[in-house]
Amino acid sequence: MTASPLALETLDTPFTIGGREFRSRLMVGTGKYASNAQMIAAIEASGAEVVTVAVRRVDLDRTKDEGILYHLDPQRFMLLANTAGCFTADDTIRYARLARAAGFNEWVKLEVIGDQQTLLPDTAATIEATRVLAAEGFKVMAYTNDDLISALRLEDAGAVCVMPLASPIGSGLGMLNEFAIRTIKHRLSVPVIVDAGVGTASDAAIVMEQGVDGVLMNTGIAAATDPVRMATAMRLAVDAGRLAYLAGRMPRREIAVPSSPTTGMLDR
Amino acid sequence: MPNGQRATIFRRMTTPLVHEPSTLALTVNGDPRTVAPGTSLAAFLASLKLDPRMVVIEHNRTILRDREAYASLILADGDVLEIVHFVGGG
Repeated sequence: MTASPLALETLDTPFTIGGREFRSRLMVGTGKYASNAQMIAAIEASGAEVVTVAVRRVDLDRTKDEGILYHLDPQRFMLLANTAGCFTADDTIRYARLARAAGFNEWVKLEVIGDQQTLLPDTAATIEATRVLAAEGFKVMAYTNDDLISALRLEDAGAVCVMPLASPIGSGLGMLNEFAIRTIKHRLSVPVIVDAGVGTASDAAIVMEQGVDGVLMNTGIAAATDPVRMATAMRLAVDAGRLAYLAGRMPRREIAVPSSPTTGMLDR
Repeated sequence: MPNGQRATIFRRMTTPLVHEPSTLALTVNGDPRTVAPGTSLAAFLASLKLDPRMVVIEHNRTILRDREAYASLILADGDVLEIVHFVGGG
């Protein structure tokens, strides 16, 4: 009988954000899919528990789709409302309050965009909005730059989780500054979830190899030619990267070291 | 006092009773809409074929957290409504 591979649950432990326990370290967005059926299939394949949604005006003439709640079961997934598209602390706070009034939970993925072209976060406004919303009882997951000081300030402002970017939203450039992400992870007490910039499975593995608690992505899956296959690849890559981190990689050496014995060679 | 309410009071004070409008002018999601006087928010949502459980409403910049109150909220001329829901996003 051959030995079966160890089950993932025995190799990793659940993690906690804001008092809630999570098993999947992959969180996914719901934007940019070709169809709702494709979105659901990709989310299922990803194994994600946390699924992000955006708050927008209802189209009163409704020639288009009817809103995501007709397709996603809030009992099955933890719906995490984001404040994407907000450019000021005030707007962000308004959107967060609207999202909470929907009645599912008090969680919000806080995003305050500082620049239209790069979609980089306005960290000062994010810290301000985090302080206000945390005081109102929100569980704020704060999207931010890969900057230690902003991350520390967000933790101080009451964020339950800090979400530095790997690279700009929708860029698919992967992790641009591994050092910065590792530094943030080492210095924060709250969980660190890398959000934005993952383009393919290897990017996700590299993110997780830094030791962060999880990764959130949308376009990396939704904009793949086959999103369901890519969602599966991302799930495996997140697990692979996490296990590689826990396993502890070998040191890097800029010289070769043979893997086979150097003794016992013929004619020597 | 919210601007919408102030505008309503101003209009009531300056409009002779004989010219009481037969419809109320609202702004809903940025667009003008009219309803009959006495229309409740619940009735207005029904006229738009919207399920109240699927949307969140801001009435003159105040978020309505109690859906039970929609039936007793009678819309007034000049009211501004934002009706939002969850859509796909990252």
